[in-house]
Amino acid sequence: MARVALFIPCFVDQLVPEVGLDMVRVLRRIGCELDFPEEQTCCGQPAFNTGYWEDARPVAERFIQIFRRAEMVVCPSGSCTTMVRKFYPELLAGTAMQKEALALGERVFEFSEFLVKVAKVTDVGATFPHRVAVHDSCHGLRELHLKQESRELLRHVRSLELVEMPYSEDCCGFGGTFAVKFSAISAAMGDAKAGFAETAAAEYVTGTDPSCLLHLDGILRRRNSAVHTIHLAGILAQTGGAAERRPPAASSRGQR
Amino acid sequence: MSRAAQEFLRSAAIKSADLTHRQVIRRNIDSYNTANERGRSRFLDWEAARLKCEQIKWEAVNNLDRYLLEFEQRVKDRGGHVFWAENSEEARNYIANLAAARGVKKVVKSKSMVSEEIHLSPALEKLGIKVVETDLGEYIVQLREETPYHIVTPAMHLNRTDIAKLFKEKLGDVDTDDPQQLVAAARRSLRRDFFSAEMGISGANFLVADAGMIALTTNEGNARLSTSIPRIHVVLSGIEKVIPHLHDLAVLWPVLATAGTGQPITCYSTLVGGPRQPGEADGPEEFHVVLVDNGRSELLANPEEREVLHCIRCGACINACPVFRTVGGHAYGTTYMGPIGSVLTPRLRGLPEFNHLSYASSLCGACSDVCPVRISLHHHLLHNRRDAVAESDRPFAERVAFRLWRWGMLGEHRFAFFGWMARLGMRVLKALHLDGTVFDPARPWNRNHAATVPPPKPFRALWGKSDGHN
Repeated sequence: MARVALFIPCFVDQLVPEVGLDMVRVLRRIGCELDFPEEQTCCGQPAFNTGYWEDARPVAERFIQIFRRAEMVVCPSGSCTTMVRKFYPELLAGTAMQKEALALGERVFEFSEFLVKVAKVTDVGATFPHRVAVHDSCHGLRELHLKQESRELLRHVRSLELVEMPYSEDCCGFGGTFAVKFSAISAAMGDAKAGFAETAAAEYVTGTDPSCLLHLDGILRRRNSAVHTIHLAGILAQTGGAAERRPPAASSRGQR
Repeated sequence: MSRAAQEFLRSAAIKSADLTHRQVIRRNIDSYNTANERGRSRFLDWEAARLKCEQIKWEAVNNLDRYLLEFEQRVKDRGGHVFWAENSEEARNYIANLAAARGVKKVVKSKSMVSEEIHLSPALEKLGIKVVETDLGEYIVQLREETPYHIVTPAMHLNRTDIAKLFKEKLGDVDTDDPQQLVAAARRSLRRDFFSAEMGISGANFLVADAGMIALTTNEGNARLSTSIPRIHVVLSGIEKVIPHLHDLAVLWPVLATAGTGQPITCYSTLVGGPRQPGEADGPEEFHVVLVDNGRSELLANPEEREVLHCIRCGACINACPVFRTVGGHAYGTTYMGPIGSVLTPRLRGLPEFNHLSYASSLCGACSDVCPVRISLHHHLLHNRRDAVAESDRPFAERVAFRLWRWGMLGEHRFAFFGWMARLGMRVLKALHLDGTVFDPARPWNRNHAATVPPPKPFRALWGKSDGHN
């Protein structure tokens, strides 16, 4: 199986490491050899999206140098994958590294994309006896054109009941610094989304972007909702073994 | 922070919490979506139609000088007048002076967003001229003394009961909430205005260069009445509305209708070619076209942003925008709302005053997906942000923060140290019950989110130990 370099987004590293660990479990289970380049920090998206391209550029260049020799790079976030694949070439346009950015973009994959399209695996041997709805994160959906991949994987999870929530393609309102600069709008958008998950009577909302899920998780718990969030990797990592960790990723640590 | 930014934050926060508003907008946009989906399915290939429209607009915008001059010449050949207005004031003055010189007492207006952009109605009213909006939605917001909530559906924020109440109060002779009777009441009142106005003002959906005509579409026929009954017809249009050929309408008209309302074609599609010609039974005696620049040629001069001028004002991006659906059309405080407004306004009216609108987006990209002329709207929002930073229009604290961020991200040990500090800080605040208070640097987040206790160790400290055997 392939040799894969792990691209763990900065906030996953620091705030929700279990998402990374779950991805590691799944990738190892399907036989990937893993490597975690420890020099990695952030892809530069926060600065890029806020307009600080001058500050984002050296961070992007450093990222490219770190992953230069990686055969394939896998990331548990559609948004950070988009930054590298779609926005690095624009950020580095006219610099010596643009070509390398384009080449790296072709080797960076979002987790569900990697499983279904590259590794051609849809059944990772997971069991998750719950009712689950998918939130389609914007960057994965509209920039990477991923929608069926996560559903395909979920359909092969034993005992899992997959439901669709209304408006699954609506933005959850996270949007990076948007959530801080326009917190009232962001929270209202999250609140609407949380309501849709409740309408679908899902036990879990899953997705491929831990940032959206972190946002939704905080909002759902604030509403005292019965719905929890879990990253796709968190579901796929569960094999139903007795010694296994509990399910919900971020929620278990959070307090209601 | 600019005054406009403060005002936006304030009104956006109020509307965001208004659940009734959220429901009304959701219902209206749901029915738009249903119609729009049906409309698109009538096309053999909607994507090909979008591509064709993009090509037409690209050709027009990239040869704007040539097509505008061609249009002007043909209008003049038929006895029309063309006035080139560099800014709002020039456009306003031209129309106001014309109205004064011809002794105009009443103006009927068919829908025109450019007239909102240049604040035409107040200028005419100051001269003692009565201005009547004849598009039903515009008529309703005019009675409410509001600006349009949406460029295509100006009264989207109102329901039947709101309108019934308004008509009873303002028109007097109607007391019902039956939509047909309400429309009939507006119609009775507007008929009198059509026949007594000396001047009709319309916008233009397209200026057709090779025909020297303006293309107008309405669902109520009000543009036909406004432009053919009064003695004088004034057309107000942005310079970007020109298209090369009459036959371009074969695709632009149905695409505009579908993107705008989901209709296969708008009910009344009209071509107006100038004043009444010898031997013709009706039409205005005078025909004036006011071509408004108002910052557009600066966009034209910028190759990276030029495609923003492709916009045909269908409103599809506004309907698709989750921020618009949350804050509504009035919070923006601008003529153009939603994604196109957030892209356009900072460019037309200045980044220092309006760059906050380019930041008021989660960059979800739904707007770019639906744009019938394929403007990459969310990328232009990113460009506006980049240029706002480059021109130092952003707060000092933010600039320092990102410089620091950059330093922190350029070394893994610094990164790990800052991460450790942040996690420790979060735990301390939580332990002291200070999260979400003024002592919390993450207050805007923690006000709306239940607290998350950070993990003791980051991924980089854990990954080697994770078992891959389960």
